[in-house]
Amino acid sequence: MVAITSPNFKANAKVALHDPNLQQALTHVRANFITRRAAAAAAMPEFEALRDSSRDIKNHTLANLDLYLEAYEEKVTESGGVVHYAETGEQARDIILAICRKAGARTATKGKTMIGEEIELNEHLEAGGVEPIETDLGEYIIQLRHEPPSHIIAPAVHLTQKQVEDDFRRAHTHLDPTRDLSDARELLAEARGILRQRFLEADVGITGANFLIAETGTSIIVTNEGNGDLTQILPKVHIVLASIEKVVPTLEDVSQILRVLARSATGQDMSTYTTFSTGPRRKDDPDGPEEYHVVLLDNGRSEMLGSQFQDMLRCIRCAACLNHCPVYQEVGGHAYGWVYPGPMGAVLTPKLIGIDKAGNLPNASTFCGRCEAVCPMRIPLPGMMRHWREREYERHLQPATYRWGLGLWAFFAKRPALYQRATGIAMRVLGNLGHRKGRFRALPLAGGWTQYRDLPAPAGQTFQEMWRDRQRASAGAKL
Amino acid sequence: MSARDEINSRAVVLGKIRRSLGVTAEDPIRNAAVEARLNRAPKGVIPARGQLDEAGRVALFTKMAEHFAATTENVADAAAVPAAVAAYLRGHNLPAEIRMGEDAVLNAMPWAKTQVDVRHGPSDGHDAVGLSHATGAVAESGTLVLTSGQDNPTTLNFLPETSIVVLEASTVAGDYESIWATLRRRYGKGVLPRTVNMVTGPSRSADIEQKLQLGAHGPRNLHIIIVG
Amino acid sequence: MSNGIERATEKDTRPHVGLFVTCLVDLFRPTVGFAAVKLIEESGCRVSVPEAQTCCGQPAYNSGDRKDTRAIAEQTIAAFEPYDYVVAPSGSCGGMLKSHYPKLFAGDKAWSERATAFSAKVFELMSFLVDVRGMTHVDTAFAGSVTYHDSCSGLRELGVRNQPRQLLKTVEGLKLVELKDADVCCGFGGTFCVKYPDISNAIVERKTTAITESGADTLLAGDLGCLMNMAGKLQREGKTVKTRHVAEVLAGMADEPAIGESKR
Repeated sequence: MVAITSPNFKANAKVALHDPNLQQALTHVRANFITRRAAAAAAMPEFEALRDSSRDIKNHTLANLDLYLEAYEEKVTESGGVVHYAETGEQARDIILAICRKAGARTATKGKTMIGEEIELNEHLEAGGVEPIETDLGEYIIQLRHEPPSHIIAPAVHLTQKQVEDDFRRAHTHLDPTRDLSDARELLAEARGILRQRFLEADVGITGANFLIAETGTSIIVTNEGNGDLTQILPKVHIVLASIEKVVPTLEDVSQILRVLARSATGQDMSTYTTFSTGPRRKDDPDGPEEYHVVLLDNGRSEMLGSQFQDMLRCIRCAACLNHCPVYQEVGGHAYGWVYPGPMGAVLTPKLIGIDKAGNLPNASTFCGRCEAVCPMRIPLPGMMRHWREREYERHLQPATYRWGLGLWAFFAKRPALYQRATGIAMRVLGNLGHRKGRFRALPLAGGWTQYRDLPAPAGQTFQEMWRDRQRASAGAKL
Repeated sequence: MSARDEINSRAVVLGKIRRSLGVTAEDPIRNAAVEARLNRAPKGVIPARGQLDEAGRVALFTKMAEHFAATTENVADAAAVPAAVAAYLRGHNLPAEIRMGEDAVLNAMPWAKTQVDVRHGPSDGHDAVGLSHATGAVAESGTLVLTSGQDNPTTLNFLPETSIVVLEASTVAGDYESIWATLRRRYGKGVLPRTVNMVTGPSRSADIEQKLQLGAHGPRNLHIIIVG
Repeated sequence: MSNGIERATEKDTRPHVGLFVTCLVDLFRPTVGFAAVKLIEESGCRVSVPEAQTCCGQPAYNSGDRKDTRAIAEQTIAAFEPYDYVVAPSGSCGGMLKSHYPKLFAGDKAWSERATAFSAKVFELMSFLVDVRGMTHVDTAFAGSVTYHDSCSGLRELGVRNQPRQLLKTVEGLKLVELKDADVCCGFGGTFCVKYPDISNAIVERKTTAITESGADTLLAGDLGCLMNMAGKLQREGKTVKTRHVAEVLAGMADEPAIGESKR
């Protein structure tokens, strides 16, 4: 289902800019996420110190990831759970389908998992005869639409309420067509009713994990809806799908990071449900799953360690970078063409699908730096986007004209005397051409600029020329 | 994937990590450092917000929980809880029926003095109201802490549309770190029950045009009775 | 006569600032350079303009061409080593010189120390005047209302936010109106605006809407790239807001034509 369209980012962006539903929906992104995060951060004086300690904890963990994974695994096994390692997405999918088959599963409820999107889990389950049921409201909605998520914590943020109403009417044909769905409350109630039955009937529940705690062998999920909880406590089998960098050493460590997660994501101090799950049900437990599996996915993360991109492994998927990015705010998530949009997507996607396919993403940035400014884990996102541009440059992946133009500029910039002669002449010409109006509506070779804006005309003389003239004049006056 | 393939994957992934980091598995210094950190479990930054005396913590917890759309009330002692529950059910037009677990404190309460029909065990989805006894709470964010088991089955926190939670004032901690100390004392270091739920308010979603709605999949109402 | 001889041999103890003009100021709007010189001199320094400067290297750097960036950086560092301070009327060039040059040469035996020493002397103009020279007011007048856009690099890399506003408030007759979302990118981003023109346009349209809504007659900022982007859009939209570099107003040189205007 998820065709990668990242190479068509520019065309995607153009469509997005002219999509009235999307633009309407994005006004809510701009209005809400930013002010809420700012308020939550302002209400906690220790917020900056918590960002520092969270970064340090993750750095320490990544430097010892092998040992913490082993410690984690030992604890999971001790509590009656089973850990499966998967090098690739294909392996992870096979492992999960096999567990479902062994349990005789017909349906599997799912909590939100971006890793699930990354490995295209749903398609694989369907092909294997297991029906996956998304239970996060946003994921449920896009599942109805056969669309990928457009935001990493609010998957349906690109839709208007009217679109959701239309989708529900189209899909829930067993319900009274004359029913009133004009209120968001009605839509939520309808989803609740339909999914409640599916929760109770599911044979397997699949969740992601926000964190894995090595000290206790625990997986943590963070939701506002409670869907992740119903997914994992009702079915016989609970499968946790997580990438290897989710490990955190101790309960104290995870407390640091939890304090910055919800605040950065939605502006809440804590999400409604922060749930710690350890193994299957115990001897005296009256409810809970009988089997607990953790599938640990590598899929390129181990290669990021020790590289220029290691810092990206600190990401806790809060989406603050998306919410604050001027580019994301204009084009939304689908334009990025794969699972991860916005600044974090611009850094991660080239690693996971290749810079040749994903080259547009790290280039479509003004380097305004807002992402890095709000990232709770202090990830240097623009710097890593620049590293991708360096890889592209080394591999000659940029358009030839672009490379040539920059090369020409650099040639002159390295030769000040020549630069001053050349620019003196060029600015005199341009200055004369633009003298009357003071600006150009159109100019050869400047189409990218003048398509949408006027180009101010240069003064006609360069500063260096004028400075030299004035120095000579005042030296002359002194004599 | 066969079991052998999986063992192979494990070795490959761990091997790749070690190669990228430029480390070996048998490095006594690294191993000791990691083990020491897991044992020591150092605390990080603890916000000043919750560092209050008991009365202050309860007041802060109440304020935060209500901010996140829970309702709260105070009763003097455990004996007053059943009447408070009965009054809540009446006030919200709910049938006089609740489900709870084997929790000793809840079961010792004088339910017979009320008309409330008390059922026991995990929820099967047909209960309107679940009653749980919290292990504790965190004042810092208005968060309840509930642990799984026969005493308080986890399904009671999620399936009923209304969740009522009994919380002793003396168990309201200022921060999460204090809760970990409590759990370690109860279950042992490095051990947790099957589920620990940290609950802050009733279930909600803002997935439709960022409008906040209560009652997504979990309880629509969360009522907290603070005892003492 | 004796005075003249004394002055000729007297040592000038004022701090010696090397002005980093920036390519855009040099090529498009020299007034900004002269305004910067005037303000720096007013703050009690003497100014020189080394000839061996061209560009800070950002175009190459942000395109992934580290080799050319280093060559340009070495040239720049060498040219400015004789001075006590290096001041640039631009947050993005200032940021490049101050924050990124040391990164370029990290671990380089020959250049790392030189780059670090150089970067310690670099300041964006407003920050230099207020934070280093302690300037608290300017003796100039400007009739009208102005609004101010915070250029991204200056704001986030160099902490330039209060300094220009502080000085603007002391300009006689000037009314400063805060711009909604002043700290949101204008959409210039160097080559971004020509590589992704549709997106850049959407971003700058949002900015010009906010500028119009502020009701101000004049738009100011500290970066000529941002200013040319916003001025060009305002003019294409037929708006009457004039655009200038903040140094021009503070130096009392706002009688020159605004950006994109012709001399009359």
